[in-house]
Amino acid sequence: MTAAAFTFYLFSLSVLAGGLMTVLARNPVHSVLWLILTFISAAGLFVLLGAEFVAMLLVIVYVGAVMVLFLFVTMMLDVDFATLKGEMARYMPLALFIGVVILLQFAVAYGSWAIAPGTETRVAAPAGAMENTRALGVLLYDRYFLLFQLAGLVLLVAMIGAIVLTLRHRTDIKRQDVIAQMMRDPKTAIEMLDVKPGQGL
Amino acid sequence: MIGLEHYLMVAGALFVIGVFGLFLNRKNVIIMLMSLELILLAVNINLVSFSSFLGDLIGQVFTIFVLTVAAAEAAIGLAILVLFFRNRGTIDVEDVNMMKG
Repeated sequence: MTAAAFTFYLFSLSVLAGGLMTVLARNPVHSVLWLILTFISAAGLFVLLGAEFVAMLLVIVYVGAVMVLFLFVTMMLDVDFATLKGEMARYMPLALFIGVVILLQFAVAYGSWAIAPGTETRVAAPAGAMENTRALGVLLYDRYFLLFQLAGLVLLVAMIGAIVLTLRHRTDIKRQDVIAQMMRDPKTAIEMLDVKPGQGL
Repeated sequence: MIGLEHYLMVAGALFVIGVFGLFLNRKNVIIMLMSLELILLAVNINLVSFSSFLGDLIGQVFTIFVLTVAAAEAAIGLAILVLFFRNRGTIDVEDVNMMKG
């Protein structure tokens, strides 16, 4: 077994084990950690495939941002996960059935397939001699520029949506009222009293 | 020699694990969102392996777009989840019936 094959089996094993433990773990925080293992191993597979940019994107965007978001939400919500997990045995038969059916369908699909003749002549963007990141950049900023901008728009909408959804104005706490502070004037704020000597107020 | 089929099998197995988790954790929306991420990761592995073995970079460009949409989906999904938990005090999906007429 060559080094590349060994690395492939190592990474794919940890992808599958991580995925399985993600859905089976009792503690959701452990689920997130297993999911992180899955993503990092998938990044390793991508490096093996020669897609370094996507691999690093997976590590930075997924492990660095999305998984931390998951971890925050999981830790912030005070949910009794034990009762939620207690129901897992009830859904196990249905889940196993559906999983096996889809697996069998995949087995049928993978059993006999071939790449259509002439596919290599229809390659739209040959990988060429450029390194992966540069080639992707050329493609993204040239041919797919509009789609790239629209993807940014999707992220903007998601960001605004998440902020608007979770923003709330609580009425049971004291807040700073900037307008009231600015509209104060000395005439109403200060009251002059004529205090006689030797007496308090 | 590791061929395209090996990668496709890993992706297919990961997809099945994702769907399995989706049905297994019917009560827990957080794990359901994580299962969705697993499914999208399986799709990404498929795209990248085809891109690599056919020598066509479009697959990787598409992977970047899938990543974008998945990140947006996770953010919105978790925001809805936080909102739901704030209103109901639980994340049980079967309690999502406030909008029924």
